[in-house]
Formats: sequence, C-alpha cells, structure tokens
Amino acid sequence: MRLQFTAAEEAFRQEVRAFVRAKLPADIKRKVELGLRLEHADYLTWFNLLEERGWLTPGWPPEHGGPGWNHVQRYIFDEETLLAGAPRIIASGIQMLGPVLIAFGTPDQKARYLPDIRASRTWWAQGFSEPGAGSDLAAVRTTAVLEPDGKHFVVNGHKVWTSYAQWCSMMFALVRTDPTAAKPQEGISFLLIDMKSPGLTVRPIRMLEGGTDLNECFLDNVRVPVENLVGELHKGWSYGKYLLGHERTGIAGIGSCKQQLARARQLAAQQGLADDALLQARLAQFEVELIALEATALRLLAPGQGSRTPAVEASMLKVRGTELRQAIYETLVDIAGPDALPFSTEAQFLEHLDEAAVAPELTAVAANCLDARKVSIYGGTNEVQRNLIARATLEVY
Amino acid sequence: MDFALDDDHLALREAVQRFCEGEYPAQHRGNPESAEQARQRWKGMAKLGLLGLPLPAAFGGSGQGAIEVMLAAQELGRALGGGAFVASTVIAGQLLAALGTPEQKLQWLPALASGEMQAALAIAEEGQRYDWTAPRLQATRTPRGWELQGRKTFVLHGDSASLFLVVARSATGLAVFAVDAATPGVRVHGFDTLDGRRAAHVDFEAVTLAEARLLATDGVEDAIEAALDAGIAALCAETAGAVEALLAATVDHLRTRKQFGAPLAKFQVLQHRVADLAIDLEQLKSMACVAAMAVAAGEPVQRRRLVSAAKVFASQAGRRAGLATIQMHGAMGMTDECRVGHYAKRLIAIGQQAGDAAFHLRHVLATN
Ligand SMILES: Cc1cc2nc3c(=O)[nH]c(=O)nc-3n(C[C@H](O)[C@H](O)[C@H](O)COP(=O)(O)OP(=O)(O)OC[C@H]3O[C@@H](n4cnc5c(N)ncnc54)[C@H](O)[C@@H]3O)c2cc1C
Repeated sequence: MRLQFTAAEEAFRQEVRAFVRAKLPADIKRKVELGLRLEHADYLTWFNLLEERGWLTPGWPPEHGGPGWNHVQRYIFDEETLLAGAPRIIASGIQMLGPVLIAFGTPDQKARYLPDIRASRTWWAQGFSEPGAGSDLAAVRTTAVLEPDGKHFVVNGHKVWTSYAQWCSMMFALVRTDPTAAKPQEGISFLLIDMKSPGLTVRPIRMLEGGTDLNECFLDNVRVPVENLVGELHKGWSYGKYLLGHERTGIAGIGSCKQQLARARQLAAQQGLADDALLQARLAQFEVELIALEATALRLLAPGQGSRTPAVEASMLKVRGTELRQAIYETLVDIAGPDALPFSTEAQFLEHLDEAAVAPELTAVAANCLDARKVSIYGGTNEVQRNLIARATLEVY
Repeated sequence: MDFALDDDHLALREAVQRFCEGEYPAQHRGNPESAEQARQRWKGMAKLGLLGLPLPAAFGGSGQGAIEVMLAAQELGRALGGGAFVASTVIAGQLLAALGTPEQKLQWLPALASGEMQAALAIAEEGQRYDWTAPRLQATRTPRGWELQGRKTFVLHGDSASLFLVVARSATGLAVFAVDAATPGVRVHGFDTLDGRRAAHVDFEAVTLAEARLLATDGVEDAIEAALDAGIAALCAETAGAVEALLAATVDHLRTRKQFGAPLAKFQVLQHRVADLAIDLEQLKSMACVAAMAVAAGEPVQRRRLVSAAKVFASQAGRRAGLATIQMHGAMGMTDECRVGHYAKRLIAIGQQAGDAAFHLRHVLATN
C-alpha cells in the first residue's frame, strides 16, 4: 500500500494538465467556471480536441479507439479536466451506447455507428424513461411490432426526460416487443432509432432553473429497420442494465465535487468570508468527505480490490458523490448570501452576463444549485441505489 | 404559552384562504405576476384589510398585531402569494408608523393601507451582506434640507414601490428618509429574483430632499430592528405555509404515482422522508408562533433572540423541505410545470432574505 500516486501517474497528470491548458478555449473555460450554460458547439469543440488526442473515449477498448488507460489514469483524467474548467463529457453515445455496441452490437453496427460517435458526428439520445416508467424502467410501454415481412419494426409510444434530444440525430430506446411475456423485464428490446424518422416528434420541457435540455419524444408509427435491433430480440433489459452500470460510475463526479469546492473557496474569499469560522468549518468538513470518497473510489475501482459486485460499488459512489456535490452547491448559495437572490435565465449565458444584477461569479449560483438536484434523480434515484446497496449487503451478511 | 386562536383570528384566516383560492389558482402558483395580476391582487388584499393590518387605526390601518400578520402570511405562503405584503405593509409600513411625525404618517400610511401605493425599505448595500448598521449612503445637510448620495441594493419589490425608506449615514448617526421614487437623481434598476418576484438596486445621485422628508435621526436603529423583526416573523409564517402546501402536494403525489406496481407511498424510505417533513412542518409552525408572539410582546432583547432563532430554523428547514420534495417527485419535480420547484425557489429565496441562517445563528450565539 502506498499513499502517493506513482511517478508515472504524476507524469500523466502533468500531461493532461498541460493539454487542457494549451487547448481548452478560454470562453468555454469561463462558462464552465462560472456555471453558465454550454451550447452544443462548446461541447463539440472540446470533444473534437479530445478526440484528436485520442482521449475522448477512455472507457472504450483500444481496438475501438480507446486510449487503454487503467482506472487510475481515467480517474486522474476526469479530475484534471474538470478542475481545469473543461466541460463534462455528457454525450450518451460515448458513455452509454458505445460500450453496449462494443459488447453486444453486430460487426455492421459497430462499423456504422462507433466512428461517428467518436468523431461527435452523431449525438445519441437515451430513450429509456416514460411517463409511467421512471425508477421502474421495466414498466416501459412503448411498443415495437415487427412488420409481417420482417424488415421493419413499427414503434409507438411516449418517451420522456430525454436529455439533449434537441442535439441528437439518433436514439437508443428500450421498447416492448413481447407484451405477453411473463415478467415485466422480459419481452423488452434495445432499438436504435433515427430521430428524423417520420412520426417522431420532440418537445422541449422547461425546467425550473430555466433550461430546456430535457425533452419529450412522441413516437407515432415510427418505422425502424430490423438491423437496428441490438443483440437478441426480447433481451434488451440485460443490455440496458449493462449500460446503466456504465452511467453510474461517472455520476459519482468526484472531479466535479473538487471543482465546486474550489469555486466555494474562491467565492468565500471574494465575499469576505475567508476568515468566517462557521463557513470554513463547513468547507473543511467537505474536504474530509472528499478525501474519504476519493480514497474509496480509487480503492474500489482498482482491479481485484472491490469486495462486492461492481454495480453496487458504483451505486455507493453515486450516492455519496451526488449528495456531497449537492451540499457544496447549497453552500455556494449561502456564500453568495443576498447575491443569490437575483435570477435571470439570460444571465446564465456568457453573452448576457453583463446584464446581471450581481458579479459574474454569482449569477448562476442559485440556478446551479437547483440544477444539481438532478444528480440524485437521474441514472437511477439515490433511493433506488440505496435499495440496491441494502439488498446486496443484507444478502451477504 | 397560549397558542389558542379566537373567533376573529379564525375569520381572518378563512378570509385570506378564500382570497388565495381565488387569486392564486393551484396550477399557476409561483409564476411571475403580470402587471395586471399584481394590481388586481394588491387591490384585493387592500379590500380584505391586509395592507393596513398592522398599521395604526388612526391612519387608515386596522391596528392589529404580529399574530394577525402571521395568520395572513401563513396563508399567503401556502399559495405562494402576497407580492409586496411583507416589504411594503409589514416592514416599511411599520417603520413609517414608528418613526414618522403625525404629518408624515397622515401623508403615507392611509395610502399604503388602501393599496394606492407601495413602499420599500432601502437598507442593504453592496458588499455588506446583511449588516446594515454602517451604511455608506451619505446624507448631508444643505441650506434647503438634505442631499443623499449612494447606492442601495436588493430592495425587495423596489421597482413597484413609489416610496423608499432610505437608511443613510448623517453627521450625527443613522437617519431614515422618505424618498419618492420619482425624485430627480433616483434611479431604479429592477431585476427578477429567484422566486419569480422583483427587486431593485437603487442609485441616489445628489438627491435633494426637503426637511420634511427626514423621518428621524433618533431611535432609528431600534425602530429598524423592530420593523425588520416583524418582517422576519412574517417570512417565518410564510415558510410554514409554503411547507404545509409542499407536504400536501407530496402526500398527494406519493399516493397516486405508482412504480414497481405500488403507490410510492408504500416505500418505507419515502414514508420516513414524509415523516421528517411532517415534523419539520410542525416545528416551523411553532417557530412562526414564537416569532410572532415575541414581536407582539415587544421586549427587544428577547424579541431579537427569538426572531433570529425562528429565522435560522425557517431558512434551514424551509430549504430542506423544498429540496426533499423535489427529490420525492423525481424528474417531474424539477420541471417548471410542477409547482413543487416554485415553492422550493421561494423557500430558498426567503432563506437568503433579511439575514440568512448563518447571520441569525451568529446573533443567537451572541445573545447566549
Ligand atoms: C436531468 C435529468 C435528465 C434525464 N435524462 C434522461 C435521459 O436522457 N433518458 C432517460 O431515459 N431518462 C432520463 N432521465 C430520467 C431519469 O432516469 C428518471 O427521472 C429516474 O429514473 C427517476 O424516475 P422518475 O423521475 O419517474 O421518478 P419516480 O420513479 O416517480 O420516483 C419518485 C420518487 O420515488 C422514489 N422511489 C421510486 N421507487 C422507489 C422504491 N422502490 N423505493 C424507494 N423509493 C422509490 C424515487 O427515489 C423518487 O424519490 C433524466 C432525469 C433527469 C432529472
């Protein structure tokens, strides 16, 4: 056992740091650091820079263009990029669909979709949730019926909470192909749907902090070629579960916690609270939680170290990481004090920052706190994660 | 202690409830008000007698006290309504009543009570957070009266008020002036607030005032503290009302939404969260009573301590309730369409007004 990172790991950290410093455009960095809205072009710019360097898809195996990093390198990369003010990698094509296609896709599907995902030419929407199927995804009711000639599925249903659908040209969806299956988890298939198909409409949903990155998708007799089925018919549930495991690991967001804690310290100084004992004690407490979380992440993610199933460990990191991040965001509001009161949807964009009633560093603090409520809801709510952890724990002991 | 309400109290509460049901339909609570809605509701509140509730009967008010204000504020909080009620009636109105000469009171209080005009206390300044005791805004004597120079920030409902009560520094200490918003040199920069309401930063540039615009230079600090405490007590009552609405909405949601083949209400972890919410609500109601009774009793040292304690609790438990309720509503809770998030925003905003939890906690600590 050893507390320090190795020299090679430190060298890697410096390499990442130098890369971000050299390449990340200043306006994107500023947006991230001030908690402002990022636009599609911002993500694309950054993703393309990463891809040029071969760093966009760390979770993919080298034969599909991954850099072949171990878990410590991936960890260092996340931390360094986020601390340096780079956008988070939010593209579900890269983080969710990619690994599923690599594991279960046909050679054709891999050849057709993976290069476009890596080049950010195709953005994918995650079409899982429905109005009646949130935490209980096995309740999806969107149907896909195979036409008699066996060439197309006809899809009907209503997906909801589809992140960034407005930027996406393709969707991967869970659909019901066998309504008569004995158990709800059976008879579900995993389907790739062209978002420009006739019969598919997208409606934005306005969120309470003013954003419109979530959408509803209505599917009305949408025809999908049969070669867009991933894996076996009716076996989509297992691919969905595989995918959600991948989603959860990143959601712990330790890099984001560190970034926000740094922001908190900076804002505290700016607001004249550098010597405020109550606040400084709270920030120190966060520091302790972060050390515990980071050590746990590095310990559990190390090969052969985890004692339980990886999915449960990911759930543990997600619960603690998201709740810590939310607590830090709440503290940012407290640090802002009365400056958290003004609220402007426009001033969350860099171009309108000077119209705000408070300093640039404070305009988005309240919106960020509200927006951060999502991290304990999406990717499986924290209540559901705790259920999973409890089930695994109680069965073991 | 006696928490009993008499028949007049019950009647007041019922009247405000009926008003809120009419003016704030459940599906629109928390939406920004149109100018017409704001006018209509303000008129309605005047008609109910709310705008003169704590103001002296001799000047158009109904001479009621903090308990009546609490009852009204709690109902307004439940409906996310009330507009400038706390800012104009409770804080500015009571400060005018405390500091004004009979002529000044006659000039403004009846107009406040009848809803003809709104007033707002201009007290905060840039970089001072919640400490208003050392303003930089300068009041200088001139041959004809006074001149004001400086800037006030976060004046709640500052762009609908036609009269500002401005806290200034004069050669002899704190002074309060009544300044028309239309006075030359006064510039109002209005903005939206987190809770869908309005506030303003206000510049005072070489604003010339007649002597009759000075409210007082003596006893100013105590009067401001008393008015602010009355306002904070009302905010605590609003918090209790808002959380009451959140609990009702959550119970409804958990009973009707099904996942895994059962209503959410069947999941024990959610039951426990609701239990915590119910406990917080009862304590919030108690704290609203404590603050109101302390304001009503009027003994300054005890009042300040108890009002601060109530505000700490309201800031913390209010925000906690708002955020927990979003979580229990899932993604739906984060949408603009769902009312829960609007309550959460109001509760966060109340937490950051008139001294946040940390500010009042320090105050409690200092009076131990
Ligand atoms: C910002 C954001 C982005 C999203 N992006 C996507 C996307 O791109 N694609 C997609 O498909 N979905 C997406 N989602 C949806 C997300 O996956 C769901 O919101 C989530 O699964 C919860 O479902 P729900 O919102 O229906 O809440 P519900 O399932 O209705 O849950 C409501 C409450 O009940 C609790 N609860 C439910 N079941 C249990 C139980 N068994 N025991 C204890 N408590 C329980 C929950 O924890 C929650 O507190 C997104 C959500 C958000 C907020």
